[in-house]
Amino acid sequence: MARGKPVRWHVGVFLAPALLVYTAIMIIPLFGTLNLSLFNKAGDLRVFVGLQNFVTLFGDPRWSGAFWNALGNNFWFFVIHMLVQNPIGILLAALLSSPRLRMAAFYRTAIFVPTILSFVIVGFVWKLILSPIWGIAPGMLDWVGLKGLFAPWLGKAEYALTALALVSVWQFVGIPMMLIYAALLSIPDDVIEAAEMDGVTGWSQFWKIKLPLILPSIGIISILTFVGNFNAFDLIYVAQGALAGPDFATDILGTFLYRTFFGFQLQLGDPYMGSAIATAMFGIILIGVCVYLFGIQTRLRRYQF
Amino acid sequence: MKTTFRFALLASTLLAGAAQAEDVTLTIESWRNDDLTIWQDKLIPAFEAANPGIKLVFAPTAPAEYNAALNSKLQAGSAGDLITCRPFDASLELYNQGNLADLSGLAAMANFSPVAKSAWQTDDGAATFCMPMASVIHGFIYNKDAFDQLGLAVPTTVDEFFAVLDKIKADGTYIPMAMGTNDQWEAATMGYNNIGPNYWKGEEGRLALIKGTQKLTDPQWVAPYEQLAKWKDYLGDGFEAQTYPDSQNLFTLGRAAIYPAGSWEIAGFNAQAQFKMGAFAPPVVNAGDTCYISDHTDIAMGMNAKSAHPEEAKKFLEWVGSSEFADLYANSLPGFFSLNSTPVTMTDPLAQEFVSWRGKCQSTIRSTYQILSRGTPNLENETWNASANVIKGTETPADAGKRLQAGLDSWYKPAN
Repeated sequence: MARGKPVRWHVGVFLAPALLVYTAIMIIPLFGTLNLSLFNKAGDLRVFVGLQNFVTLFGDPRWSGAFWNALGNNFWFFVIHMLVQNPIGILLAALLSSPRLRMAAFYRTAIFVPTILSFVIVGFVWKLILSPIWGIAPGMLDWVGLKGLFAPWLGKAEYALTALALVSVWQFVGIPMMLIYAALLSIPDDVIEAAEMDGVTGWSQFWKIKLPLILPSIGIISILTFVGNFNAFDLIYVAQGALAGPDFATDILGTFLYRTFFGFQLQLGDPYMGSAIATAMFGIILIGVCVYLFGIQTRLRRYQF
Repeated sequence: MKTTFRFALLASTLLAGAAQAEDVTLTIESWRNDDLTIWQDKLIPAFEAANPGIKLVFAPTAPAEYNAALNSKLQAGSAGDLITCRPFDASLELYNQGNLADLSGLAAMANFSPVAKSAWQTDDGAATFCMPMASVIHGFIYNKDAFDQLGLAVPTTVDEFFAVLDKIKADGTYIPMAMGTNDQWEAATMGYNNIGPNYWKGEEGRLALIKGTQKLTDPQWVAPYEQLAKWKDYLGDGFEAQTYPDSQNLFTLGRAAIYPAGSWEIAGFNAQAQFKMGAFAPPVVNAGDTCYISDHTDIAMGMNAKSAHPEEAKKFLEWVGSSEFADLYANSLPGFFSLNSTPVTMTDPLAQEFVSWRGKCQSTIRSTYQILSRGTPNLENETWNASANVIKGTETPADAGKRLQAGLDSWYKPAN
């Protein structure tokens, strides 16, 4: 290779900035966190304790109680997204892709706009809307004679998490809608025409022709929802604070991690237990993604046009 | 390897350029973002005028994030030169970690009583690491116009207190009491620790709890929860989702008659409320009982041990300990009562009312702050949760006491 191809320096040069930044802000902290979860402090020293932090996390009734509560809430948060956000997203995309719909561009933009809003704004605005004191929700229910249905949802342990999950659905329904919309548009016209020739039209065309063709996109959306939900933190923190009230009813893994790692009010931060929680979250997400990749994605049938 | 990592981190943060000025600039870390204008317009100019060559920047963080943000900044070495100190363990931990400098040698320390300094000392009292600034007093602020209109007298006993609440409720013009449980801390700080000292007899009960001779399941510690449970009927509709700013606004808009308060509200309420206000101390159980108030040593200032300008920072702290600062601070921020031994004359009537209780009642501090919130579960945070639950009626007072004591027992062994 002495006189072979010249060394292509530019490849390395162009990759370097991104690689450097990604390594510095993603890879090193990730492994730093995994590493930190195996340590704890004894006096002023940092000592290696092996899996002791995880024994505490899963064995101590207080820690494990808080952990399972957060994990359970997180699952509910995810379930709401899967049952509400994604079907609505698919439905909206199907409606938008209908050629007879007027002002499709307007609806598309209007539904997508909340996605680009900051969590702080979304949390604040919805807190105001749902506020029993200044909110417009009680007034609007009053107009239609359903005032009796109003409850201070964000303050009731039994409703708060569902209410916040629905706020999050409202914010992010644009993402599945856009992805499915793109997938629907990419279905070739001749497939649709062939279906019409065979008399498959309307909703039956959607169920029998389009849905199987967009299944891979739905798979991707599910996994994005899963990762996004299990990493969620911002909305709960903005709306309910780090204590994730009422009575930890909205505590998810993200807020539990934040409270433990950074501390809260008089509670001092514990980076070691915090890292153990972060590692557990990493593991949960990794398992979920693996189940999807190896269990579902490889079995999805793909169609080549 | 470590140097490579550091280099990588440095390389990726090169964007942050540093401008060096000729003057020494000291940065103050604080959670009092409400006080930003007072620092910028009154306190900092007063100091800078007297000390040319030292510039000050007041850089507050939101209260709920302050402790977490400060700890991270200290670990990263990017914290300011001067650090506003939370009382007791949060600051003690910073001192033990070597983040706060020992200030015992400063001359201005002589201006403070041992009680004032106790919140920022090591357990043996050998080292003081923050210059005390102010304490806050708990009580109830009421809408004087509403009281006059309904012909109500200021209550002094618990029975009178509930009689007043009943009358306001029966009249229906005003929400009897403005408090919500959404943010949880008001229930503990302005609820439990506000009315509690009358039951556990202030310092006597607080110290007994630390010694282990009293338990949170004892009647004097459960009784405040029993009173809180009765508050439920007098709070506004949907109080479960009512936040702290909601409560403040309900009161200052004149829609609620009584506000369980901390004296730090005074400045804000004076600016917002269009009606006359008064204040009363937490009502006692039986007429003639000694009253106890929560006069909580709340705020102090320390020095970052790794500050690049320790001499200038100490100069500033000496000024913070002076009577000039005490006067300036207490009058710019009525409701933050100076801890300085030199008496400060305050002009604000509401602040005067609050501080007058020091003369007739026994002072104590919040029961959960010293020593008892060192472990996990954290007693202060648990108390927030328990107080909110009790008010909502989702946990009985007895259960709350039992749960808190069990949590405390799991890590705290009284040294007796």
